[in-house]
Amino acid sequence: MNIHEYQAREILESYGVPVPRAGVASTPDEARKLAVDLGGRVVVKAQVHAGGRGKAGGVKLVETPDEAAAAAEGMLGRNLVTHQTRAGGVPVRQVLVAELTDIADELYLAITLDADARAPMVMASSEGGVEIEEVAANTPERIVRVAADPLIGLSPYHARDVAMKIGIPPDLIRPATTLIMNLYRIFRDKDASLVEINPLVITTDGRVMALDAKIGFEDDALFRHPEIRSLEDPEQNDELEQKAHDAGLAYVKLEGGRVGCMVNGAGLAMATMDITKTAGADPANFLDVGGGAAEDKIAEAFGIIVSDHDVEAILVNLFGGILRCDVAARGIVMGARSTGTQLPLVVAMRGTNAEEGLQILADAGLNVTTVGDLGEAAKALTNVLAIGPAGPNGGTD
Amino acid sequence: MGILVDENTRLLVQGLGRDGSFQASRCRAYGTNMVAGVHPRRGGTKFEDEVPIFETVAEAVDATGANVGLIFVPASGAADAIIEQVDSALPLVICISEGVPVQDMVTTIRYLEGKPSRLLGPNCPGLIRPSTQTKIGIIPGNILSEGRVGVVSRSGTLTYEAVVQLTELGIGQSTCVGIGGDPIHGTTFVDVLEMFQDDDETDAIVMIGEIGGTKEQQAAEYIKNHVTKPVVGAIVGQTAPPGKRMGHAGAIITGKAALASEKIRVLREAGVHIAESPAVIGAKMAEVLGR
Repeated sequence: MNIHEYQAREILESYGVPVPRAGVASTPDEARKLAVDLGGRVVVKAQVHAGGRGKAGGVKLVETPDEAAAAAEGMLGRNLVTHQTRAGGVPVRQVLVAELTDIADELYLAITLDADARAPMVMASSEGGVEIEEVAANTPERIVRVAADPLIGLSPYHARDVAMKIGIPPDLIRPATTLIMNLYRIFRDKDASLVEINPLVITTDGRVMALDAKIGFEDDALFRHPEIRSLEDPEQNDELEQKAHDAGLAYVKLEGGRVGCMVNGAGLAMATMDITKTAGADPANFLDVGGGAAEDKIAEAFGIIVSDHDVEAILVNLFGGILRCDVAARGIVMGARSTGTQLPLVVAMRGTNAEEGLQILADAGLNVTTVGDLGEAAKALTNVLAIGPAGPNGGTD
Repeated sequence: MGILVDENTRLLVQGLGRDGSFQASRCRAYGTNMVAGVHPRRGGTKFEDEVPIFETVAEAVDATGANVGLIFVPASGAADAIIEQVDSALPLVICISEGVPVQDMVTTIRYLEGKPSRLLGPNCPGLIRPSTQTKIGIIPGNILSEGRVGVVSRSGTLTYEAVVQLTELGIGQSTCVGIGGDPIHGTTFVDVLEMFQDDDETDAIVMIGEIGGTKEQQAAEYIKNHVTKPVVGAIVGQTAPPGKRMGHAGAIITGKAALASEKIRVLREAGVHIAESPAVIGAKMAEVLGR
């Protein structure tokens, strides 16, 4: 789960990480008032869950409160399109208004989980304020990595080491070490997947400060962080993806595909997507209904696939393990009835209670082609797509 | 010989809720010797009128000599269950639970270092060995056939797909192991490849990987240097969009290595026979075995 910069900033502040004075505004007038309080010269930043705001006009430096109000007016209530957003962009409901900081140096600092090291990893660079991917590609030697021990945590000497290696001047090593230790506490306390400060700045008056903040959280750990869950902004997400997320389904919409995929297990879901290619079509989505999905969850998954207007056929590939195929079949029937869809289904069901499941589908009178494995699925899909959705088995608009 | 389990396997199951009970029952039906259940509020009762249930893992191990632990407890308590089983020195701990907080696993894996227990999973389907009728986990028993091909995979259900293809072509399996799809997990590809290489019941290996991380690269390196048995490999996720679920910093660490095409390249260089599509994993093995 992602949160807005202003929310991340509040978390940093509550952990004693130095940040510029700032406030959040949802109207131009509020932005003006904040600018007055902050002394006139401020930066106005659109709050969206995406990077690349600067180039997209979502970050404006202004000299007066009136200009701050005008900048806010230009952002609020509109969609911001950056290279990281979906095509139509994402809505801006708030702007962060922050005092301008006089910068002597820009650095990069992040904490994430490194699967190879099996440990939280502090990553830092003397190259801040630019996209870190570029630094990694062009000057990888300028990225410093230090792993923390998961049992004892990050030791202060680790943090000092990082601070020294990215060129923090000797008289600022102590506050920088404290800052890094506090970021690590946030990472662990809040089950973050990423805490990223870009840029971390050294100010001309000799302070170390987080000028921007991005924090992502592990979805699987949100159950123990209601205070984080309450920060969710569903508007920032794709509508279908959000709907799937709310239902506890792993769903990713894929642009340009016409085969809806309903699968259990991420690996099989990817294999099924790959198979649609061999049938000459692209997958419309990734969808893993998960392990112990109940009937209503399967029905919801089916509904989400059907509500994607690009979908011309649905490939169902379920392998009963914890998921029972009879339960899944009842869910599919429920979903098909409530949506009234006539889309052709190609169905592979194997494993736990597969025969019962196929029987339930057969009895329900849906437009189903049953197949035994992925190879057969590809062939059946080719046939179904050649006939088209308006073919002899019933049409759809 | 076989790997990980054998006729002396004595299974303990922790987490006997609806799903856990259903799957434990399936394990028994396949032939697995389940000797104990663990449930904090059902101590003193019996599972299916036959298997004693204990309140703690320590009691269960003491009383029954269980030597493999299987975990179905909900994700929020899964790491705790792993630690409880490791503290009872169960040699093999298999965690099926899906959605375990990754930071719990980071700490748990570190705690395991130097302990005598091997962890398989979490978020895995467990393992199954037809020759001794031992099933620990959720892999459907009826799709397997006894034979000499070892299967190892990051995915649960895709493993079943591969097994079905093998079985349909008359190619039986020695042991089938799901290592799990979480970024932080216990037993790795390399661990299982090493076991299959040393296993006199295994002649050839199927390895199924996917996008993300660098575990397949480590496997390729190991295969190149240590595996003499033929390996058929498949990597899924060739149509998956890049960067969809990775945060900035995570994407740097894995980078290009996370791509399906890159994994296929390094596996091929290591001498792995690549199945061009997930539909032809069985066919590729048939070709390699000259059938």
